[in-house]
Amino acid sequence: MSVEAIVFYVFASALVFAASMVITVRNPVHAALFLIMAFFASAGLWILLEAEFLAITLVLVYVGAVMVLFLFVVMMLDINLTVLREGFARYLPIAFVVALGMMVSLGLIVGKDNFGLDAVGPAAKAPASYSNTEELGRVLYTDYVFPFEIAAVILLVAIIAAIALTLRPTRQTKAPNPDRQVAVKRGDRIRIVKMDSEK
Amino acid sequence: MFDLLRTYLTFLPDPVTTTLIILIQIIMIVIPIMLAVAYLVFAERKVIGYIQVRIGPNRVGPRGWLQPIADAIKLLCKEVIIPDGADRFLFVLAPVLALGPALAAWAVIPFGSEVVLANINAGLLYILALTSLGVYGIIIAGWASNSKYAFLGAMRSAAQIVSYEIPMGFALVGVLIAAGSLNLGDIIEAQRGNPLTWFWLPLFPLFIIYFISGLAETNRAPFDVSEGESEIVAGFHVEYAGMAFALFFLAEYANMIMISALTSVMFLGGWLSPFIAFADVPVVGLFFGDGIHWFVFKTSLFLFLFLWFRATFPRFRYDQIMRLGWKVFLPITIVWLVVVAAMVVYQVPPWFAGS
Repeated sequence: MSVEAIVFYVFASALVFAASMVITVRNPVHAALFLIMAFFASAGLWILLEAEFLAITLVLVYVGAVMVLFLFVVMMLDINLTVLREGFARYLPIAFVVALGMMVSLGLIVGKDNFGLDAVGPAAKAPASYSNTEELGRVLYTDYVFPFEIAAVILLVAIIAAIALTLRPTRQTKAPNPDRQVAVKRGDRIRIVKMDSEK
Repeated sequence: MFDLLRTYLTFLPDPVTTTLIILIQIIMIVIPIMLAVAYLVFAERKVIGYIQVRIGPNRVGPRGWLQPIADAIKLLCKEVIIPDGADRFLFVLAPVLALGPALAAWAVIPFGSEVVLANINAGLLYILALTSLGVYGIIIAGWASNSKYAFLGAMRSAAQIVSYEIPMGFALVGVLIAAGSLNLGDIIEAQRGNPLTWFWLPLFPLFIIYFISGLAETNRAPFDVSEGESEIVAGFHVEYAGMAFALFFLAEYANMIMISALTSVMFLGGWLSPFIAFADVPVVGLFFGDGIHWFVFKTSLFLFLFLWFRATFPRFRYDQIMRLGWKVFLPITIVWLVVVAAMVVYQVPPWFAGS
């Protein structure tokens, strides 16, 4: 077995293990941490595929930002596990059927017929000086510039919508305004009164 | 040096030799960093001491120079206490998660023109990803301690680090546009010339914002609300003792050195010499030429700023930290990105004439 194959099986088994732990552990914080481990393992697989930009971005965006906020929320939740687990046995058969259906359809789409080695062919090894960050950027801003911009606009709309939904403009905060604090002049605060001394 | 070692080790299979050499190189980086951390703590106590008109530690060894060694031995000998109701595994894992990324990021830092452990293409991206991982040690420590003070500290820290990562990332994007490369060695080469061609001048607002965001990322004063001694005891590491606590301490100082080293690489030309004109003078040329000593000197300069700020500024209030990050730094970085992009497109001399 080559070194690459060993590395692949290490990361792949870590990924499968972490992914199954995400849905089986009882503690939601542990589940979130296993999800982080799953992201790391898949980033490792992408490095193996010479997709270093995607791998590092996965760690940067999902592990570095999204999961921090996720943990932030999960840690503050007061989840009653017994209520959550109620009816688990009752829904198990139908969940099993749905999961099976999803697995079969996924297998049909990304299976051997469409993505097998005879359909796609092994990827060419790029030289060490090849920067796929640069290549991705070139393609994103030329051939795919319109889909890319549209995706960006959709994200912007989503951000504005999320903020608009949670914004409560009537809320009165008593926080001081730093701009006004900085702009304060001596004359705004004190007034010197000249008085004749008492006789 | 390593080629010589390789010729001695020909009896071993090739992958083993390669692994061995990489391990030796890692040790050659980690041990000086650990020593630097120990003496940075000493320097901090001395500098703050003199700023406050005291002498600082002066009892252990000549003029107190063995103080960090004594501290390390004391912390090693102390008992590690795991509180009742703590999540034992995560409680022990958290300090490791805090220290790991702080050391791993050093893999791509260029110490000299050929001296770098891993000369990878996406170095800047790697740095950005790893500096964002340090927060996990803090969050997990706060949660696993099962203590409300630790938890409050962790929550504050998480929000702060996520907020300041964004201006920090934008500052790095500015460097990327200016240098046209993600490789840290190439970024230094792009600044070659004299001190005025270093990126601190064309990227001045990004330079300032990067360093201040670095202060916030490392939870240093005046952004140390996650420790906040006067409000939440000691924040996220209130339940830690002995070596587990020492690891958090190490991670904080290793991160400080990291941020200083990165600032000097990206904005002050790393190992480039400011007196390159004297590089050909016989004896002193060795000093005035490019070399690792300039990198160390520039890094120390920023480390001194860290200590100076701690002794000078009062702690920020939490809402003002958030305001500074989101409402002040973020707009400035975005505006300056546009300015940098325009300067690169119109090839403004002297920085971008050849690009």
